[in-house]
Amino acid sequence: MADYLVLSGILIVVVGFALRFNPLLVVVVAAIVTGLLGGLDFVAVIEALGKAFNDNRYISVTWIILPVIGLLERYGLQQRARAVIESVRGATMGKLLLVYLLFRQVTAAIGMKDVGGHPQAVRPLVAPMAEAAAEKSHGDLPEDEREKVKAMSAATDNVGLFFGEDIFFAIASILLIQGVFESAGYPLTPLQLSVWAIPTAICAFFIHGSRILAFDRRLGRVMGGTTR
Amino acid sequence: MITYEWLYILAGSFFALWAVLSLLDRSNGKRLGNAAFWGLLAASFLLGSHLSDFANGLLVLAMVGIAGIGGLGRSDPATTTVGQRFDFSKLLGNRLFLPALIVPVTAVAGTLLYNYTPLFETGLFEERRETLILFGIGVIFALVAAMIWLKPPLLAPAEEGRRLLDSIGWAAILPQMLAALGAVFALAGVGDVIGGAAGTLIPENNILIAVIVFCLGMAIFTMIMGNAFAAFPVMAAAIGIPLLVEDYGGNPAVIGAVGMLAGFCGTLMTPMAANFNIVPAALLELKDQNGVIRQQIGTAIPLWFCNVAIIYIGAFLLWN
Repeated sequence: MADYLVLSGILIVVVGFALRFNPLLVVVVAAIVTGLLGGLDFVAVIEALGKAFNDNRYISVTWIILPVIGLLERYGLQQRARAVIESVRGATMGKLLLVYLLFRQVTAAIGMKDVGGHPQAVRPLVAPMAEAAAEKSHGDLPEDEREKVKAMSAATDNVGLFFGEDIFFAIASILLIQGVFESAGYPLTPLQLSVWAIPTAICAFFIHGSRILAFDRRLGRVMGGTTR
Repeated sequence: MITYEWLYILAGSFFALWAVLSLLDRSNGKRLGNAAFWGLLAASFLLGSHLSDFANGLLVLAMVGIAGIGGLGRSDPATTTVGQRFDFSKLLGNRLFLPALIVPVTAVAGTLLYNYTPLFETGLFEERRETLILFGIGVIFALVAAMIWLKPPLLAPAEEGRRLLDSIGWAAILPQMLAALGAVFALAGVGDVIGGAAGTLIPENNILIAVIVFCLGMAIFTMIMGNAFAAFPVMAAAIGIPLLVEDYGGNPAVIGAVGMLAGFCGTLMTPMAANFNIVPAALLELKDQNGVIRQQIGTAIPLWFCNVAIIYIGAFLLWN
């Protein structure tokens, strides 16, 4: 039974994150408690933590890309991304969101995960364009349908980002996976991991894409009787 | 031979420069905190290999302490205005995407070239480290190309990078900390305990059920914590590594990569992932704060089943 005490670290992580304590603090407390209950003395726990942090430094190496992205933003990368999205103006809502989904997945997959995003792209651009396109095809939308169009725009951004970014090998989640497996004695390379993000990315495109198109068709049916 | 140590010196120099620039930035009321935090991270990169484990541990505690008391602030480095950026983007066109492409192209093409030609025989790179080292080289290429092409002020890349780094803040080291937590879990025998318990709960040699439990755990822990990164070391230590990899002989790369993606399906369904789900609902002025989540559930659930199938097929049926 005493063995199960080492699991309290897991409980600390779960409760600490759920209660919104500073995540770094939660992680360190969980590590120290787990180590102590696992039979290490305090100095040994700090040593274990220091060694593990030091061994996993390569995960934080990814931030050296920030000067490149920042520099391009200085010269209008965000504005250029907007122009690409705006070039599909005139399309139906379904086609617009489908193109945005693909754009978001592809740019994230090559390491540009900040060219989309809710404050930068969805609020000023994708949601208003989707709304305008839906009204153009289906007439004035009632409030609840208009909300769904906006919510679907935000959902499309999230799906595109989540299931595109892991194809890029130099990203924190891939290197975190590598670190955890390496500590457990299974050395992997980032590319070995990131190619396995591709099948899920394809599924995500088809599942979310067909839901977008179904949503557009449903709007057509619902609105068909009331306008024009 | 080029090793990670070279990459650490490169990254350490970047963080050291950011620490100095933070210190000099009077627009940030917490500049001392920022300078100390990035300075300690720079020290970890530059000196970590030569410090004792205990000293590295104290360094971690100091960084966490600074973050824990809210010691980091956001600075506001000088940059271009929105109007200027708009003009530049019209002038430069889609070529603006090219410098960013240099990085993945260098890393992926370089890795393939290195592994599938006699270059491999030269032993130029530390084994299994070539992709990330080539990523660092790609970043340098991209920076040089952008500097020559755009001719910004010399400090502009550092300041623009700091602008982005400050918007990330202490969260920049969270993935590294979580990997360290995973290592401590492994050392304390967390996996053995859960693996033993799960072994009695999961019917013997029923791989499919074990995969389902692993993916369900990733999704549910992610929904509770709002963060798939935090769920990963827990579920990897509990089921992914002891059961799926060790007992059942599954392919670790598939289990790791797709297990994380099963967690991302959980991220789509939880208000705890506020940045992705609640903040946009507010930005879009939705009446229903869970409106975005409602639109995501229909994608997240079938996609979660896809992930189960991909692990079952990719890590077991195709692997054995």
